Amino acid sequence: MQPLDLIGLIPLLPLAGFVLIGLPSAAGRRLPRPLVTAIGCGSVALAFALSVAAVAALAGLPEHHRSHQAVLGEWMGPLGLSWSFVLDPLSAVMILIVTGVGLLIHVYSAGYMAEDPGYARYFAYLNLFMSMMLTLVLGSSLPLLFVGWEGVGLCSYLLIGFFHSRTDCADAGRKAFLVNRIGDASFVLGMLLAWSAFGFTFDIREILANAPGVAASSPGTVTLVALLLFGGACGKSAQIPLFVWLPDAMAGPTPVSALIHAATMVTAGVYMVCRMAPLYALAPGAMAVVAAVGAATALLAAVIALAQDDIKKVLAYSTISQLGYMFMAAGAGAFGAAIFHVTTHAFFKALLFLGSGAVIHALHGEQDMRKMGGLRGALPRTFLFFAAGWVALSGVPLTSGFFSKDEILYHAWLANPALWAAGIAGALLTATYMTRLMAMTFFGPSRFDRHAAGRLHEAPASMAVPLGILAVLSLGGGLMGMPASWLGPGPFHRWLHPVLGAAESAASPGHHGPETLLMVVSSLVALGGIALGWRLWVARPGTPAAIAARLSTVHRLVKGKFFVDEIYDAAVLRPYAALCRGLARFDTAAVDGAVNGVGATAETFAHAFKLFHSGFVRNYALFYLLGAAGVLWYLAA
Amino acid sequence: MVPFGSALMVSALLFVMGLVGVLIRRSALVILMGIELMLNAANLAFVAAARHVGSMDGQLFAFFVMTVAAAEAAVGLAIVIALFRRRRTTDVDQVSFLKW
Repeated sequence: MQPLDLIGLIPLLPLAGFVLIGLPSAAGRRLPRPLVTAIGCGSVALAFALSVAAVAALAGLPEHHRSHQAVLGEWMGPLGLSWSFVLDPLSAVMILIVTGVGLLIHVYSAGYMAEDPGYARYFAYLNLFMSMMLTLVLGSSLPLLFVGWEGVGLCSYLLIGFFHSRTDCADAGRKAFLVNRIGDASFVLGMLLAWSAFGFTFDIREILANAPGVAASSPGTVTLVALLLFGGACGKSAQIPLFVWLPDAMAGPTPVSALIHAATMVTAGVYMVCRMAPLYALAPGAMAVVAAVGAATALLAAVIALAQDDIKKVLAYSTISQLGYMFMAAGAGAFGAAIFHVTTHAFFKALLFLGSGAVIHALHGEQDMRKMGGLRGALPRTFLFFAAGWVALSGVPLTSGFFSKDEILYHAWLANPALWAAGIAGALLTATYMTRLMAMTFFGPSRFDRHAAGRLHEAPASMAVPLGILAVLSLGGGLMGMPASWLGPGPFHRWLHPVLGAAESAASPGHHGPETLLMVVSSLVALGGIALGWRLWVARPGTPAAIAARLSTVHRLVKGKFFVDEIYDAAVLRPYAALCRGLARFDTAAVDGAVNGVGATAETFAHAFKLFHSGFVRNYALFYLLGAAGVLWYLAA
Repeated sequence: MVPFGSALMVSALLFVMGLVGVLIRRSALVILMGIELMLNAANLAFVAAARHVGSMDGQLFAFFVMTVAAAEAAVGLAIVIALFRRRRTTDVDQVSFLKW
């Protein structure tokens, strides 16, 4: 069998891992930890190996035949649905990220979660997540994509609430689940509208093939489908207005934050938009909305990240912000740039999250940066790896983040200079808040308590090796997508060109911009942001407090995350709860009242009529007489 | 030949006597006798009406009533005997405990 025919196995391998670990655990049997580790990591390693083999085989095909479909079996025959998976250059990139970064995070988890009593449960969920994410990425039809979409949502919920005995974790899991439902409802509507509008088919390739004809006759339908699908992406990828679940999702174990809430699941929305790129290219209005939402999210989340004290919350808002960049790229028609940023972001954000996990691990669960500081000396290896993620996310020239972000900013400039302005402001903030994070964690005086200091320890090898690999990828991974003006289109973009090229040229304006100048500007902005952060939090540590005091209103607004949670609470949750209370009152008063009233009425009559049963035979005889007389009288009348 | 109207009058008279006996007497035996009287008043009306319209249906029905009356008397007297054995009385006002 050719590796390409085995792509259906890629999602099945982690699923087998989930069953093998999950079934004995569910039955109450405790598997030995080494066995759990072997199954959990081994299934993902096999999936990664198979993915590499399949992608290598795909690369061996001529450019325009690089799309291979493998059907596992029937699903819903009457609708023409089957369990069929498609490997093309776009899904190839995604499965390599998902299985590759996923494998590293599985290995890291073996070290990070070693002491946890829920070890087997953790790996079962993690394997199920991998399986669902691969289904999402490889699915050939919208419903199959949706199976994976909901599956990863379920795993996200389960893993955010992994420490389910803690109320805040359970609440965070529920919040993520419910907020995602709003987006998913929009996605389902979009999917069904696409089915009815584009020739009654769910197959993505057929939908995209039928879209131009529909766009010619009714462009509004295409725009509506694109916007509804984007609504789903807003939920999954934490964009305005549905981003509120992601910061809370940090309640889960840190490797989960790295895998699900930074590298893979949250990029599913970006992937979906790029998968439907030809459709979006036909709907300029929807593209403008996507770009605007992305830019606004990128900027807003970057501002909020500047004032967070929890190390994971900073990274969470940073993730939201970077996802905003990806949507900005997609909205500007640069789908390849969006996927490129997905890739580099998976490297450096997974690195940063895993690095923060190493810091938290060393400090025995401390996440508050105000109680860190000066860790550079105690954790030199973690510091080095973390610094790689820092420069990559800040966009220091020649790191991976520089190439991907710069490309997005260039295309944003071509689409609309206002988008570029928002993006460059966000880039400045990104470099600043990351420097602040570095300064508060690794530089300056140590602020953790004394007895924690004695027990500081570097991460074990199982955690350090994935960090090292991710650090190398974060620094050098951008070279595969160098700007076209340097040495011609980079390998990354040439690879994606067969899938996205047509949509990109259809969506973006043909003209060119001052690419070199913009690149210099964004480099200067990145370095300037770092310098600003350095000056504020390392060189003159008193300044931020002084600024905060001067701008107390602004500071409170930013510190309180613009009170979005509170606004939702007041605008949605409270009215909804009030409505529920009103309906509950209606239920007890009107509905229960009617039912009880019928009973009470019957009882009242019964109390009245029972008096006829006096027990005296002669009374009964008299009633008979009256009754008979009445009947006779009625018959005679 | 007794006129039809007179026969009906006698029947009505007997019926009312039986009815009054059922309504005002307290002895279970007398009440049963009142019921017998009412049934026989009905029989008389049936027979007289049969004769009057020249059909045998009414006479036939009188036999049914007699059969039912015999059965009713047997059951009724059995109840009275059972009642007397248990309560030492046949006064129906003394056995008014089957009520709300």
